[in-house]
Amino acid sequence: MSSPVLSMQSINKTFGGIAALTDASLQVEPGEIHALIGQNGAGKSTLIKVLTGYHQRTSGEVTFEGRAFEAASPRAAQEAGISTIYQEINLVPQRSVAENICLGREMRRFGLLDWPGMRAEARRLLARFKLSIDVDQPLSQLSTATQQMVAIARAVGFSARLVIMDEPTSSLDDREAQVLFTVIRGLKAEGISVLFVSHKLDELYQVCDRVTIMRDGRTVQVSRIDETDKLTLVSTMLGRDVARTEGRTTGFGAPSRAPGEIVLRANGLSDGRHVRRVDLEMAEGEIVGLTGLLGSGRSETARLIFGDTQTLSGTMSVAARPYHPSQPADAIRAGMGFCTEDRKIEGIVPDMSVADNMMLALRPTLGRSGIVDEARYRQIVTHFIAALGIKCTGPSQKIRELSGGNQQKVLLARWLAMSPRLLILDEPTRGIDVGAKDEIQRLIRSLANDGLAVLMISSELEEVVEGADRVFVLREGLSVADLPRDGLTEAAVLSAMAHGVGHD
Amino acid sequence: MRRKTNWGQMLASYGVVLALAALILFGSLRYENFLGSFNILSVLRYNSMFALISLGMCFVIMTGGIDLSVGSVAALGSVVAAYASPYGLLPGLAAGVAAGMLAGTLNGLIITRLKIMPFITTLAMMLAASGTALLLARNQSVAVSYATAFTELGQGNLLGLPVPALIGAFAYLVGSVVLNLTSSGRAVLAIGGSEDASRMMGLPVERITFLVYLASGGLAGLAGVILAAQFGAGQPIEGVGWELFAIAAVVVGGTLLTGGAGSVVTTLAGVLLLGVVFNILNFENGKGWISLSAYWQSVIRGLFLLAVVLLQAHLTHRVAGGPTVADTTDSLQP
Repeated sequence: MSSPVLSMQSINKTFGGIAALTDASLQVEPGEIHALIGQNGAGKSTLIKVLTGYHQRTSGEVTFEGRAFEAASPRAAQEAGISTIYQEINLVPQRSVAENICLGREMRRFGLLDWPGMRAEARRLLARFKLSIDVDQPLSQLSTATQQMVAIARAVGFSARLVIMDEPTSSLDDREAQVLFTVIRGLKAEGISVLFVSHKLDELYQVCDRVTIMRDGRTVQVSRIDETDKLTLVSTMLGRDVARTEGRTTGFGAPSRAPGEIVLRANGLSDGRHVRRVDLEMAEGEIVGLTGLLGSGRSETARLIFGDTQTLSGTMSVAARPYHPSQPADAIRAGMGFCTEDRKIEGIVPDMSVADNMMLALRPTLGRSGIVDEARYRQIVTHFIAALGIKCTGPSQKIRELSGGNQQKVLLARWLAMSPRLLILDEPTRGIDVGAKDEIQRLIRSLANDGLAVLMISSELEEVVEGADRVFVLREGLSVADLPRDGLTEAAVLSAMAHGVGHD
Repeated sequence: MRRKTNWGQMLASYGVVLALAALILFGSLRYENFLGSFNILSVLRYNSMFALISLGMCFVIMTGGIDLSVGSVAALGSVVAAYASPYGLLPGLAAGVAAGMLAGTLNGLIITRLKIMPFITTLAMMLAASGTALLLARNQSVAVSYATAFTELGQGNLLGLPVPALIGAFAYLVGSVVLNLTSSGRAVLAIGGSEDASRMMGLPVERITFLVYLASGGLAGLAGVILAAQFGAGQPIEGVGWELFAIAAVVVGGTLLTGGAGSVVTTLAGVLLLGVVFNILNFENGKGWISLSAYWQSVIRGLFLLAVVLLQAHLTHRVAGGPTVADTTDSLQP
């Protein structure tokens, strides 16, 4: 094998004493399409940012094209031949294709810009990928896929030797993705290497040569993609031994009642993008797990159910009556609550008190002609602080001073105060310490035992396997498995994530 | 390669030129002396100050910023120029422009180094420059010297054309070349389009942003010089509301307030449009059928501005929602 174009060895990176990368490594050969995969927080982005000069490494060796390499800034990395194409495309939407390709290295004649020359250059670069688009068009008028091609053409124009693509297909449809792959293969043919970050396993098999898997800031496996099956990819990524013996590690405990009436039924849900065909069914008193790899459409499905985004096709019913939410208020009226994945952005209002945060959703119904009934308000808040065991100095403490677990309980209380019959919890225990996690899980079970239907989205396998009474597995926007509680194992869920139903 | 003419966008960009032509046609048919050389030259002479500050404002807005200080900086420039006018035309000119550039330098440094929002920074400068002008002028007009050629800058003619109009035309020519034919000009648009992307592309974001405020200050100072020369005195209390006129002209000229797209030529058309509206209302008053006060003129200008912004928003939406994936992927077949 020839010498690698990029070699990163023993890379360590700490942020304020916390290790983000521990002895991570990555090696890319010339003309190779190399996949980099891992769960959220596995260290992929940090590794890329260290390479592109966005972060400086704490220790470790990097060589690029045979020489020791250290980029001081993204610009320096670009000049050295490493171009990054981010998920959010880093081009200027209002400007023309030609400008976007040539900005920063404009051609001049007699000291002034040589527009004909730049247009020709842009056309020439695009033609290398068999693309013929009007280079005078503003970028914003092109589809996302075409914009990505322009970004690639720009990278090639800067004589990139390594192009990093961060989830390039996340906003592309199948046909556009195929065009992108053709372009990527074209790069390979010219000897340019590509580092391809994606969560869509099928894609890796279509374009990539080798794969590096990261977990918890470490490189845990490097192998040829055609010698690695999907189940191995998934289990290595999640750090799960398929044959592992089960042992309870969560606080859920067994249900004390049988599932009751069907609360929600969804058939063939689609949002035309991330959710393509999802079927769900949940009953009273049941915890339904919804899982899948990152990008499989879990949270997007929850948003469809909650009316935050609109369905393109498919039907839903709540308690056997047709249900077409056009906004979250419709979902709330139908008896739903939704604790979103990102507490900090979409959940809490940090500078408001525990009481105010708790009562945000309920408040409109509490008032009589606009005046809040203070006595009832206080009574509800005190009740939930006691019932959920929220540790705070009092209802007026600012919520940002609370721990993650207690913040989560306040958000739970916000919805419970509405007496919902269906609660959607997106990653309910993320970022919460172990003890509090157990407590939240126990709480979820006791809510279900009281008759609440809970839709629990989680990327933590043990949470799903031990907590849920029924699990729906999504893969690339499709429902691929509906697993009952009996015989629910991590192996079965893993296999569904990787292949779809069963062990095909 | 197909080349689709996008009429919506053309209209958004050049509609102002059409509107200007229509207004001029209307005026010329309705009023006898509308196209007379006296009227044309005095419109040009009077509006050249506004044209200059609007040019600076145009560049600032194209980066996605705003410069609220142009009016009071022009007032400051007029006072400083009036004081320097006894030393001659060039010293008067240089002093006024330098005062403006000083204000622009401060704006630019505060915005790029201290990372204070342009709106706040230039609002502070608006107050500071106005106060400084009043202090320097001791709260009254400062007479310029008629012993030197200084007043030629405002009142003179060259080749039969008003000197301030020639200065304005020259400034717009330079501005147009800078915007369209230099990499700095393209960087101005790129920064306004997406500052993050520009930084990732390695463009000198801070330097360009600084230069834009420097230029805006300098042009405001130049407008102040012309103000002093035209009216024979440095005017510390002039310039109130000029920044709004400039913003209006830039927006009417089709430049996006959010930055990233714009044109120097249509900004000039925007200035002339607002100037001609004013001129026509004067003629209309002269006919004696109606009597519109200056207040009504403000209302009418305001309506113009609103109409243009609404049209822009409408057209931009159509453009943004226009081509779908299917429209563009057919050019994408490998």
